[in-house]
Amino acid sequence: MAPLKTVVLDAEKCIGCITCMRRCPTEAIRIENGKAKILYDKCINCGECVRSCKGGAKRPVYDSFDLVESYPYKIALPSPSLFGQFNNLDDPNYVIEGLLALGFDEVFEVGLAAELVTDCTKKLMEGRALNRPVISTACPAVVELILLKFHELADHLLPVYAPAKIAAKLAKKQAVERGIPADDIGIFFISPCPAKVYSLHREEVSNEKYISGVLSQSDIYFRLVEKMNKIRTPRKLGKCGYSGIGWGSSGGESNSLGLGNYIHCSGVRNVLGLLKELSDGKLDGGADFVEMNMCPGWCVGGVLNVENPFIARNRMRQLADKMRIPPATMQSYGLDENFFIWDKIPEPSTSFQLDKNRFVAMQKLMLVEEYLKKLPGIDCGACGAPTCRCHAEDVVMNGGPLDCVKMDEVKK
Amino acid sequence: MNECIRLEYDVDGENFASAGHASESVKRTLKQMGVSSLSVRRVAIAMYEGEINMVIHAHGGRAVAEIYPDHIDIRLEDHGPGIADISLAMQAGYSTATENIRSLGFGAGMGLPNMKKYSDDMQIESTVGEGTTVKLRVDFEE
Repeated sequence: MAPLKTVVLDAEKCIGCITCMRRCPTEAIRIENGKAKILYDKCINCGECVRSCKGGAKRPVYDSFDLVESYPYKIALPSPSLFGQFNNLDDPNYVIEGLLALGFDEVFEVGLAAELVTDCTKKLMEGRALNRPVISTACPAVVELILLKFHELADHLLPVYAPAKIAAKLAKKQAVERGIPADDIGIFFISPCPAKVYSLHREEVSNEKYISGVLSQSDIYFRLVEKMNKIRTPRKLGKCGYSGIGWGSSGGESNSLGLGNYIHCSGVRNVLGLLKELSDGKLDGGADFVEMNMCPGWCVGGVLNVENPFIARNRMRQLADKMRIPPATMQSYGLDENFFIWDKIPEPSTSFQLDKNRFVAMQKLMLVEEYLKKLPGIDCGACGAPTCRCHAEDVVMNGGPLDCVKMDEVKK
Repeated sequence: MNECIRLEYDVDGENFASAGHASESVKRTLKQMGVSSLSVRRVAIAMYEGEINMVIHAHGGRAVAEIYPDHIDIRLEDHGPGIADISLAMQAGYSTATENIRSLGFGAGMGLPNMKKYSDDMQIESTVGEGTTVKLRVDFEE
């Protein structure tokens, strides 16, 4: 099955400016015939083009809320970042009651699953010989970026499923144990970003595993607020504590592990910079854990959020202060590490190679170097590629003449 | 195939932050060739150490990489002070770096030893007062 495209171009709105092409961390956008085309084999669904497009021409794709109706028993999986979207929210239970009022039969907080992932990670870091520094796999865009362009770091990835998947797995297990027929259960993750929509669609929805669909926080926001406004006194339904909700912003995962020697950073440029350092081996033995998130300020910075990430972060901090529930443990849910560890190691992508055959790739790269000598090296973007090098590679891969308006003007 | 991909770089001696530019660019080419990640990592570390050495000790220099299907030859040339005793310089932990350099986290005396560790062959030619040339060869896996 072809992977879902979670970011698409609205060609009518695209004016062919080079903003998104410049910001794309994987050089996966070209301007062709005046429109910003996405090269999906290099796209990691990070949403940076959605964030940077001034005209709203890059549209995120997610499942329609109508899909929820087709299941007799509906479970919502709200991510921690959802709780930061509401003004004056002083109790997370309003959000949970709101989701129930929207028609869900059950709400399973992803923050609770995050606490369990933390417990598992602690055990793995104590017991197993994981390569240090261990790299967090909570942000799927970071994992995709490593599998695309930083293969040398793949054996540092924490081999544990992200909290959304664990939440789905556990919610389904518990519902089935309560006697609900497995086929009746529809589980829906409410996502803050296209990267999670993509990864869960590829691994879960298209393989008919635990998650039935992935919704967008921005899409359900107004209908949820409407329901929340009608709630007088919410019941105490939430099980997630301060540790789990912290995962949605600033280094929450590292903080919850209780490690001293860790690095965390967020935002596309920062992540790329840190990955380069890691790939040069500069942090071997220099840190135990590295947590990276492609969005500014962590998941609250994802493009499917409604609120400004820094405002949301402050709200979540205030909320976390009120959530004095100690972190959940694997033991209290009768689970062990096997529930969390990857069934298989993900394959690195070869999309970045110029050819599968090394000799052919070399011939192509020699030609790239020849073309680079003719190009001005100013990366102006006028040809429709983000850099002169990308243009040279495109011409080598796809044929055609070098197409550069500055070629004669700028002499090297 | 006797042809190779030849890449040349000036290593700026004034700027620590720009050290690693040459190894970064070589790394991109190796990855696009499909060279294994273990080999890419060995080349990156050996070459980065060489670049840093040129910045710390020699006010920069020149890096030339010749990439063949099965290996890479790297030549790092500088016109710095030269190395008086090469066997001493090869000892792990020996460094002539200043306190200022050490305070930046460099000068641990692991540069040359690491270049040797991560390469398959290493030759150093050095004349005091004239400069140093380090030649590295890294064979690719498979």
